[in-house]
Amino acid sequence: MSSRDLILARIRRALTDVPRSETPADVPVDRGYARTHGERTAAERVALLAENLADYRARVHRTDAAGLPGLLARLLADRGARTVLVPAGLPTDWLAKTGSGTGSASGAGAGAEPGSGSGTARRVVDAAERTPRELAAVDSVVTGCAVAIAETGTLVLDGGPDQGRRRVSLVPDHHVCVVRVPEQVVDSVPQALDRLDPARPLTWISGPSATSDIELNRVEGVHGPRTLDVILVAD
Amino acid sequence: MPPRAAFPRAAAAAVGDARLRANLRHATHTIRAKRAAAVAELPDWELLRAAGAAIKDRTLRHLDHYLPRLEEAVTAAGGRVHWAADAAEANRIVVDLVRATGETEVVKVKSMATQEIGLNAALAREGITAYETDLAELIVQLGDDLPSHILVPAIHRNRGEIRDIFARRMGDWGRPAPEGLGDTPAELAEAARLHLREKFLTAKVGVSGANFMVAETGTMVVVESEGNGRMCLTLPETLISVVGVEKVVPTWRDLEVFLQLLPRSSTAERMNPYTSTWTGTTDGDGPHVFHLVLLDNGRTDALADTVGRQALRCIRCSACLNVCPVYERAGGHAYGSAYPGPIGAILTPQLRGTGTPLDASLPYASSLCGACYEVCPVAIDIPEVLVHLRERVVQGGQVTLRGTRTVIKPARGHAAERAALRAAAWAFDHPGVLRAGQRLAARTLRLHPRRLPGPGRAWSDSRALPEVPAESFRDWWLRTRGERDSHEQP
Ligand code: SF4
Repeated sequence: MSSRDLILARIRRALTDVPRSETPADVPVDRGYARTHGERTAAERVALLAENLADYRARVHRTDAAGLPGLLARLLADRGARTVLVPAGLPTDWLAKTGSGTGSASGAGAGAEPGSGSGTARRVVDAAERTPRELAAVDSVVTGCAVAIAETGTLVLDGGPDQGRRRVSLVPDHHVCVVRVPEQVVDSVPQALDRLDPARPLTWISGPSATSDIELNRVEGVHGPRTLDVILVAD
Repeated sequence: MPPRAAFPRAAAAAVGDARLRANLRHATHTIRAKRAAAVAELPDWELLRAAGAAIKDRTLRHLDHYLPRLEEAVTAAGGRVHWAADAAEANRIVVDLVRATGETEVVKVKSMATQEIGLNAALAREGITAYETDLAELIVQLGDDLPSHILVPAIHRNRGEIRDIFARRMGDWGRPAPEGLGDTPAELAEAARLHLREKFLTAKVGVSGANFMVAETGTMVVVESEGNGRMCLTLPETLISVVGVEKVVPTWRDLEVFLQLLPRSSTAERMNPYTSTWTGTTDGDGPHVFHLVLLDNGRTDALADTVGRQALRCIRCSACLNVCPVYERAGGHAYGSAYPGPIGAILTPQLRGTGTPLDASLPYASSLCGACYEVCPVAIDIPEVLVHLRERVVQGGQVTLRGTRTVIKPARGHAAERAALRAAAWAFDHPGVLRAGQRLAARTLRLHPRRLPGPGRAWSDSRALPEVPAESFRDWWLRTRGERDSHEQP
């Protein structure tokens, strides 16, 4: 007997107390729990998102479409980023004020223009052939997101064109995530799951990487980005 | 190797270690207070908890329906599913899969299932090195140690010990610790980051567990804080996930319950920093080969026990550890398995049977105070299962072992009674535990009105059992601890 058949046979024998006629739907699940915890206007929802993100020590910024390229350039310059990783489908105007040109990540060290404070971080477009080591040499990454959850301060990335593969928002030490508000913001976890497609690989991010493994002291960024900037862009 | 001594002896040794006790006390009390605050934020907590329990019950009662559905969905999404009846088979499957890649190193996400089956040792025997990448697991691995807590496995180590372990051992496993490493948490975390990054960037094979598997869609879910999980799940070419069969949930929508229950119960956060979900493989994003190893290893035996079955609802949040007066003093190692604390006391004897002195004594590693049940996000009645298992140890009866119905005899040569008496003696040596046990017994009065249950019965028949005051756990706790810990209360 294969182990599959063996295990399934064991399960059936273990469940002799379950009436043969019972179906999964016969086991009641009361979904009387709340869909959202509170009634909010769109503005309140965005404010709650900002508050909960900040509570996780993400740095939250607000702007509009016209202000976005300038803000992005400033955040990258403040950071001293010489190279910025860009998902292939990131809207081109977002980085209109951030340096120019694209190049290979491996040349990030020696060949990059001096970027500190001058807003000239060189764009590195992500591609399948980039090795993890190349990504690790990049200073910052800019992505969009699929949905953001106000009640928990969570950003969800689903690999859409402006977000790229899962690894791009993980390996660089600085992640800037752009959220279009209010339309990308939902109140709650149930509402977020409704909007998401389980067939896509998803990454839920709630603040920077953190550990509490050493005497329960919170330390940011053991492995993931140590700094998370979130830009809320109003229509 | 896990200690093979019965719980009371292992616990007695641990209690003698003042530093361990201080570390544990600090940890459990801190997490406990934070958790209460996080839970209080959700007015519908009890409804979520009931829904969590009900979804798991639905799944467990129809596991033979959901597992094949899961298998179908994972396969349709490009994954491969393997079934492992026991630890040896699971280890062999993983060894063969790693071998087939030609690699001799794997990076690992913290996973209790792989710890339960002793995967790292099995890989090592075949010349394959498994690198633990969770910071706490790294501390444990470099220290040739065992995890002592589900959530914070190295909670028994303080910063000075961690610094010494890093300075001494990192070089044996890869990039050495920086010269002059200090003992601030930030410096230690940085040393771990540099050491582990070397592994992540070159690893071709990742090994993980999963917190949930969605039968409807074939989606796997891993919940974590550090990002090491994301590294292992996305950078390697091959991903192997070893997951207990009980981790399946029926639908995508069911995650709305568990993703609310788990972070608040576990780390007392509204949401943990990172959650990853994947469904089979995705072209150009993440591993292009995905294997799911479905693990039985005693779970179907637990399923056959209509009282004990509820232990399979467990979502490994560790809340029950942090409120347990026995765990707080004994530490995780005394439980002798991957699963410490109250959940370990009921899960381990069901997964392994009660044949060894250790496993027979685990149902006594409790004061029956009921605090574990009160915090459990899936409402597992741990005291009920403890009493049930005590009776089984003492009176024998019908159990299922490796899929076969067996009648076990009462524990031989009064071994169980000795275990109970040792536990009692140990408790008398540690008045705090006994006090908790007695006073808190008020809540579970119906379980042992005049006499101790199980083997304690003979013992209590010949002795006057200290009277059980009609004081609730909460009252007792506030009265005896409230003041001292007031700075930790929410
Ligand atoms: S038994 Fe309940 S409280 Fe304990 S770890 Fe499992 S889910 Fe959490």
